[in-house]
Amino acid sequence: MTAATHIRLAADRAGPEFYLSEDHHPENGTLLGFWIYLMSDCLIFAVLFATYGVLGHHYAGGPTGAELFELPMVAVNTAMLLFSSITYGMAMIATQEGRVKATLGWLAVTGLFGCGFLGLELTEFAHLIAEGNGPQRSAFLSSFFTLVGTHGLHVTCGVIWLVTLMVQVKRWGLTETTRRRLMCLSLFWHFLDVIWIGVFSFVYLLGAMS
Amino acid sequence: MKMQEMQNIPEPHHFDLAKFVFGRLTWDALPLHEPILIGTFAMVAIGGLVVLGLITRFKLWGYLWREWFTSVDHKKIGIMYMVLGTVMLLRGFADALMMRAQQALSFGASHGYLPPHHYDQVFTAHGVIMIFFVAMPFVTGLMNFVVPMQIGARDVAFPYLNNFSFWMTVGGAVTVMMSLFVGEFARTGWLAYPPLSGIAYSPDVGVDYYIWSLQIAGVGTLLSGVNLIATIVKMRAPGMSLMQMPVFTWTALCTNVLIVASFPVLTAVLALLSLDRYAGTNFFTNELGGDPMMYVNLIWIWGHPEVYILALPAFGVFSEVTSTFSGKRLFGYTSMVYATVGITVLSYLVWLHHFFTMGSGGDVNAFFGVTTMVISIPTGAKIFNWLFTMYRGRVRFEVPMMWTVGFMITFVIGGMTGVMLAVPPADFVLHNSLFLIAHFHNVIIGSVVFATFAGINYWFPKAFGFRLHAGLGKASFWLWLVGFWTAFTPLYVLGLMGVTRRMSHFDDPSLRIWFVIAALGALMILGGILCFLAQIAVSIMKREELRDVSGDPWDARTLEWSTSSPPPEYNFAFTPVVHDHDAWWDMKQRGYQRPVAGFMPIHMPRNTGAGIILAGISVAVGVGMIWHIWWLAIIGMVALLAVAIGHSFNRNRDFHIPVEDVARVEGARTELLRKVA
Repeated sequence: MTAATHIRLAADRAGPEFYLSEDHHPENGTLLGFWIYLMSDCLIFAVLFATYGVLGHHYAGGPTGAELFELPMVAVNTAMLLFSSITYGMAMIATQEGRVKATLGWLAVTGLFGCGFLGLELTEFAHLIAEGNGPQRSAFLSSFFTLVGTHGLHVTCGVIWLVTLMVQVKRWGLTETTRRRLMCLSLFWHFLDVIWIGVFSFVYLLGAMS
Repeated sequence: MKMQEMQNIPEPHHFDLAKFVFGRLTWDALPLHEPILIGTFAMVAIGGLVVLGLITRFKLWGYLWREWFTSVDHKKIGIMYMVLGTVMLLRGFADALMMRAQQALSFGASHGYLPPHHYDQVFTAHGVIMIFFVAMPFVTGLMNFVVPMQIGARDVAFPYLNNFSFWMTVGGAVTVMMSLFVGEFARTGWLAYPPLSGIAYSPDVGVDYYIWSLQIAGVGTLLSGVNLIATIVKMRAPGMSLMQMPVFTWTALCTNVLIVASFPVLTAVLALLSLDRYAGTNFFTNELGGDPMMYVNLIWIWGHPEVYILALPAFGVFSEVTSTFSGKRLFGYTSMVYATVGITVLSYLVWLHHFFTMGSGGDVNAFFGVTTMVISIPTGAKIFNWLFTMYRGRVRFEVPMMWTVGFMITFVIGGMTGVMLAVPPADFVLHNSLFLIAHFHNVIIGSVVFATFAGINYWFPKAFGFRLHAGLGKASFWLWLVGFWTAFTPLYVLGLMGVTRRMSHFDDPSLRIWFVIAALGALMILGGILCFLAQIAVSIMKREELRDVSGDPWDARTLEWSTSSPPPEYNFAFTPVVHDHDAWWDMKQRGYQRPVAGFMPIHMPRNTGAGIILAGISVAVGVGMIWHIWWLAIIGMVALLAVAIGHSFNRNRDFHIPVEDVARVEGARTELLRKVA
């Protein structure tokens, strides 16, 4: 044992504190936990992107992205999702100012943008399937439908969650619980936006160019 | 292809009610023509009825529901994980015995007692069950029980989620068990490589059972990983910096990081396989651009970290046991932490060594061969740290320490055969041989199973307030150790002679003696398992003799030993303040006085049945998907959503333990300690 340790021990012996005599409140881990969950979700998308990266050119004699993608429609879709992120941001500002009605209003707008996005995506899917270019046609289309569809499924869950939270905010007001949940959904919603930017550039733009 | 031809035949236009209600589930799914399965079913059914009858007879349903099934207490959930692991160990080991018996019998003219169709299910189920429903519950159970107490917390970060995670794991296990009696399990090997696992070559329900049981359990594993990371990062006692965390907590942190960073890959790749099977996509098929190698890569990007998800907490257990029973600080704490983190990172850079032979080319193989060998460096550092901890320590050879020494010897040998397999040219000879089987049992049994038994023997007195019977513990240890080497040394020999895995019949009679020896080894391990069960039973009967009131029977070093055994539901009446990574040892050395007054009410989470209900519905969804009972799957999914949303409206989630109750519990302990002193 070194001299320094002896001194430290001696000093501590004077009055080491081995427990807290007042109540201890550990930090709330919800945001960290939710963030970790989002990163795990991000890995699911990473796998789907990687799969698309490998299989995206396996057309099996079928149509290519350049033949199938209608960029104007995708542009509208992208714009809707990006705007929905802005409106969600407005909802969070209203939340911080404690304005229940404004929060609900912006959430409703966000949800409508989300539904619009989903509607356009489903139209695109239906169109492709009707022309015989469904997910069974080639490995390219399998990975395209799965990547875009998984994102769409997430948006669907986001919309359901958003409606649930709107009911809770209406019923309970902006309590600690509803604020925390709104914050989590906010992370989720922006995360889906980021994923969509990846889908838009990597799948649609590169696909339409090739 | 038969399936596609059948689809081309126009369907008759009448509505088939039986098909709508039961999907592809018919009476043929019940194995009425297989005497082995009927016998097993009878035994399980009788055993199950006896257990259910006893619970009813002693009116325990309410107790179990209130105190255990709906509990959000991390200690109870940890114990339930251990029970699940033990039950599934019996099933997984029964599969092992069947394989050993079949291979010892099936030579030349004799074809043994298991047809290939059945044998293939047995080896698949053995692997799946042992990894997902034995090793994972054991490891998760130990982490759940120990980590919050080691960091001085009252529970995990998300107690309700913890309960839900547990029941999802149970749901996966129930789904696997169902396949034994209704339909069949996969015949593909435990990782279900396509195209064999695709719909063209496995059109029946086996692979679907595989997929859905892993998906259901996977949700639980992932969420429990998120939960424990948030717990360790956010809820450590004041003063406990990262470099003052006990080593077991460090390994738990790294393991849960691995879980969160690898299980999504498994979820995704199984989802893609499901799409191939259910929706006719072409990810892993042989036609229309599909690429089966994608699956092999992805599943091992999960699969290799999984090995370390299991091994790291085992290393943590051995670290705690070694320093406690050597009466010394752990040698090289800092290097232990860095080694753990190093292994965590490296475990992502080696996945390709599982398929050197599958055409990646020399350069790629060389890279992954080198990274694989590099992993042995931090692992070796750990072995030296344990050895130096024992060196000049006052080593007490209690049962946990015996498992630890057994581990060190066994694991080092397993590790060395691993380095042999890491050399790509050698792997071309040994790939898929029994040498590989011997190697991975050598490291997984050597680390995970030995650590589980070390951990159970070590922490059992903490959980229940009395020790486990040492004599039976030692008998179990020696039977396992000798049995292990008797069972697997022959497999090393056979592997070097070129015998491949997953064979249900052999022609060359000269090989037979090795399989007979291996079967004898398996019987010894059976003895070890039975001794373990007897150890639990005898210890419960002799609990008064084995009672420990001190809460610290081993003169241990970390915070979980500072509270009573079993700990009160709130773990600590006062939050500990930490000055050293051996916090409890430090407190004992410096004259810590247990506080006996000044108690406060304690804020606690309330029990909930939502977890078990959601898991039950998930199993129903799984059954619907497996048997194509679409109405059940759809209603189940809607119900899942409804219950989850409904639960989010439940605001009655916490309560305060009144100060009188805390004072009463702590007062009783003060009285008890005074009596003993």
